[in-house]
Amino acid sequence: MAEVLLQTVSKSFGRQTALEDVSLTIPDGAFVVLLGPTGAGKTTLLRMVSGLDTPDAGEVFIAGSSMRGLPPAQRNVAMVFQQYSLYPHLTVRENMEFPLKSPLLRTPKAEIDRKVGEVAEILQISHKLDNKATALSGGEMQRVSIGRALVRSPNVYLMDEPLSSLDAKLRADLRIELKNIQANLGATFLYVTHDQIEAMTMATHVGVLDHGRLVQFGTPRQIYEQPVSIYAAGRLGQPHINILPADLFGPAPSGATFIGMRPEQIQQGEGQDSLVKRVEHLGDQTRLHLAFKNHDLTTVIDAHTPLRAGDIVKIQPLRPFYFDAAGTRIV
Amino acid sequence: MAQIVIKNLRKEFGAFTAVQSSSFTIEDGEFFMLLGPSGCGKTTTLRMIAGLELPTAGEVYINGTEVSQKPASKRDIAFVFQMFALYPHMNVRKNISYPLVSQGMPRDQVRAKVQEVAEILGITALLDKPVGGLSGGDRQRVALGRAVVRDPACFLMDEPLGALDAEFREHMAQELRALHDRMHATTVYVTHDQLEAMQMGDKIVVMNHGVVEQFGRPQEIYDWPATTFVATFIGSPAMNLLPFEGMVGNGATSVTLAGSEVQIPKMIGGDEGGLVLGVRPEHVHLDDAAGYRGRVMAAEYLGTTQIVTLDTPLGQVKARLSSSKLVTVGDSVGLRFDARSISLFAANGHALISTANQRVLHHG
Repeated sequence: MAEVLLQTVSKSFGRQTALEDVSLTIPDGAFVVLLGPTGAGKTTLLRMVSGLDTPDAGEVFIAGSSMRGLPPAQRNVAMVFQQYSLYPHLTVRENMEFPLKSPLLRTPKAEIDRKVGEVAEILQISHKLDNKATALSGGEMQRVSIGRALVRSPNVYLMDEPLSSLDAKLRADLRIELKNIQANLGATFLYVTHDQIEAMTMATHVGVLDHGRLVQFGTPRQIYEQPVSIYAAGRLGQPHINILPADLFGPAPSGATFIGMRPEQIQQGEGQDSLVKRVEHLGDQTRLHLAFKNHDLTTVIDAHTPLRAGDIVKIQPLRPFYFDAAGTRIV
Repeated sequence: MAQIVIKNLRKEFGAFTAVQSSSFTIEDGEFFMLLGPSGCGKTTTLRMIAGLELPTAGEVYINGTEVSQKPASKRDIAFVFQMFALYPHMNVRKNISYPLVSQGMPRDQVRAKVQEVAEILGITALLDKPVGGLSGGDRQRVALGRAVVRDPACFLMDEPLGALDAEFREHMAQELRALHDRMHATTVYVTHDQLEAMQMGDKIVVMNHGVVEQFGRPQEIYDWPATTFVATFIGSPAMNLLPFEGMVGNGATSVTLAGSEVQIPKMIGGDEGGLVLGVRPEHVHLDDAAGYRGRVMAAEYLGTTQIVTLDTPLGQVKARLSSSKLVTVGDSVGLRFDARSISLFAANGHALISTANQRVLHHG
């Protein structure tokens, strides 16, 4: 396993800037998740590390060596894509063995069998090892392609939305498994996702990308509890953080244009009246959609609240965030 | 406006039974969810309500009239599909106007109606744009507009948000629900996403293998599942299910799990043999005084809360705890279950009736 370093990396496709001056250290053994909407540059960054794309400016280092000019095969990285690509004429076992059978590696047969068996067990596909790859469901094929990466011991695992095509139950299982594998192996992971639950639960570090720029890098807790901007705050948290005019509840700090409140930053029962517009029962929690001085906001309340649409609830901010006109947080 | 009654509805495709014998009622103005995994029969049920499939047996009543053998065109419904089909050569206005023009509505009325619908959907500025350059969300809004413009008795929607990414889906779900709250048209909505169903639905039917497993309000289904299937399909993480050998009698208020006594709601009737105890993650608390113990396997941070996975004598248990609670992987801890919230299931997966769930499962 190894440290990965990006130094002032930029990349454009025609007039479209995909990455702008990104510097980032992925410590050895870290699980780094890149978050951002479509087009933020997550996948491009991953491809810079893999060697599938090369930076226009800046440099990528893996384990202290510059990757300049090196093709993917010489970087010792293992990749998993959202769209699985398996060898259709091979069985599951043969697909998973394939990377180990590379003439460069010379892995002994017993070692290959052990490794494939172990990984198949973790991914719950042991009973499918002798099936043709094409005889699998989509979810199973994706597990095989994850398995094919995991049998190797690369410098870094690069994963691009590997769980997004799986159903909810399996996704939840594999989240824990991937995290355990990473922790047990001490492996370095660079992982791209849209799914904030994956980011929060698996990452040791989250990198927030906005239009090709890295705007915040820290633990999930740091990003959630100390976001640098409205944009970063909006990446994590369900329901979404409420962003309202700064002085809506009373005097605001100087320079503040917006007040930001996650549900736990809205105190109920004290303060000023708001009108319940809709009560959404999600099972473990209930969401309240409130109207307050011509603004909408959303908060959560006990699952079995007696509140109904049309009721009045008093609310006030509790240790809220403040942001300036550009969306930067005022500390 | 419409009330829809489904009675003993059945559909066979050759030897395969897609829908066994469904019965439920959709009240006028309800936002009604058909929920289940792929292949459960939810889309087939919707298509029978629409008239796109004719049932093998059973009846469909729309506003009291039996329509099960009538074609779709005679049912006054509007269908919104997962893949929003728009006419690519027409602009937004023409796409939305089309159903009215083809009914022969006068032009000035069409214009007024389209304007009104566009305002509701917030797409007034797009009316004269070609549909080709629209974003996914705007295309979806136009497709909705075309359904809404006809003022049908009810809307039928088959995973209309299925193709959108998570963030945007959430936004569109709220928009759809707000639209419904303004128009109050009966809506039947098919989804495999339990959160979407909980979030948007007034009522939910949960289907599995062509069978209606449960029918009711979202919170009631969540709290008091009728079967182990519903218990695990609804909720994320799912309800914890702990299989054990035991016996409960009429009036019992506790069961024994791996040698420890666990309090349960008072039972009505009894059962014995292979039983299953069900408890939701938010009703599992760490308490060193509790007899039932487990070892912490993982802790997943989720902002306000964390999900802690524990290995226990009867299987894995997930607990939803405040993220301020410090939990160490590898520690052995006691687990206390909130007694009022517990469900018991028989070996066949059906919930046993207790004083807590009898009102929801109303057959005890």
